[in-house]
Amino acid sequence: MAELHVELVAADRKVWSGAATIVVARTASGDVGIMPGHTPVLSVLESGPVTIRTTDGGTVIAAVHGGFISFADNKVSLLAEIAELADEIDVTRAERALELANSESDAHAGRRAEVRLVAAGRKVA
Amino acid sequence: MGAQLRVYKRRIRSVTATKKITKAMEMISASRIVKAQRAVAASTPYADELTRAVTAVATRSNAKHPLTTENPTATRAAVLLITADRGLAGGYSSNAIRAAVVLSERLRSEGKDVVTYIVGRKGVSYYSFRNLPVAKSWTGFSDQPTYGDAKTVSADLIEAFTTETAEGGVDELHLVSTKFESMLTQTPVDARLLPLKLDEVQLSDDRPAKSEIFPLYDFEPSAEGVLDALLPRYVESRIYNALLQSAASEHAARRRAMKSATDNAEELIKSLKRLANSARQAEITQEISEIIGGANALADANAGSE
Repeated sequence: MAELHVELVAADRKVWSGAATIVVARTASGDVGIMPGHTPVLSVLESGPVTIRTTDGGTVIAAVHGGFISFADNKVSLLAEIAELADEIDVTRAERALELANSESDAHAGRRAEVRLVAAGRKVA
Repeated sequence: MGAQLRVYKRRIRSVTATKKITKAMEMISASRIVKAQRAVAASTPYADELTRAVTAVATRSNAKHPLTTENPTATRAAVLLITADRGLAGGYSSNAIRAAVVLSERLRSEGKDVVTYIVGRKGVSYYSFRNLPVAKSWTGFSDQPTYGDAKTVSADLIEAFTTETAEGGVDELHLVSTKFESMLTQTPVDARLLPLKLDEVQLSDDRPAKSEIFPLYDFEPSAEGVLDALLPRYVESRIYNALLQSAASEHAARRRAMKSATDNAEELIKSLKRLANSARQAEITQEISEIIGGANALADANAGSE
């Protein structure tokens, strides 16, 4: 079966790379799922969780803030200014950040914290 | 102990203390170079992917974007100069400053006003001492820059670039930084960031990005939209990379300067020790000849009285 080669790169490090069967990410025009053989695409990512299903059946979830997804020749590059894998996310810190953002009605920071919490598998009210 | 000898001993003590300090600074810088180099390496995948994406959009689309379109009647250019916060790094800051001054001269001779932006305390003090105007400066992160720092710097520059020239904006954006070539060589370089010259866009291994063949991408939402979002990121990543390279260069320059300071101190201690030894020897010789002279005089006096 064809597989995707995925690279998730943040501004200051390579976050994750490996083989996958599908990548789901939130772009400016809605969620897209990319499977092998997709037409080459380059689009702007929104802040949101990215789901990568690896070839060995596992799932990698990451919180991504601002960036791009490009796909060509079965190679997916996810570029983000900030990208964190779900297990790297400090949940208590994100919760605190969300509370702070809500009390200061800072929509941007609130969205960032929400995305982190969603990626870490928490329910957000 | 004779006066001469005491003076030498004191100087040896003070030079030894200085040597200890320079040696410590040398070792600190040496360890930081490695860290800084690792940061440069860690940022390359992002920079390369971004460079590829920008080149792909710009070559594949006919989008006329203000950030890529050359303005033939450019009247104002911004120069971003990256220097160190601290001194004792040999010629590191002054070389970068000189490169910026040369570039500014050239831009002025082309009839452009130069607006200067500075990173690092050394550059700021050079410009303020000479009463040269500085549009904006940032200090405090020259030896360990983060992506956030690069974002703050580029936000101002991009804003200046997107402002109309008549309202105080700039038409061009130049960057003067120091390229880390090796532990021994760091060269100040200047490059034009904006408007983007596609032919000169390079990947990290100095290959021109245009040499690659790009697939026919679908752009979402549109080529213009993607370019709009991509180019500021591209500027940020270029500035981030320049900051990291300059930080590595700063540490390397400081290590070299401190190494030669340590070597010089060693040399000085050696010659001072020689001087101190000969002073001590002279003192002893003098004492002996005084004793012999005294004994002889006594003997003579005794011989006369018998």
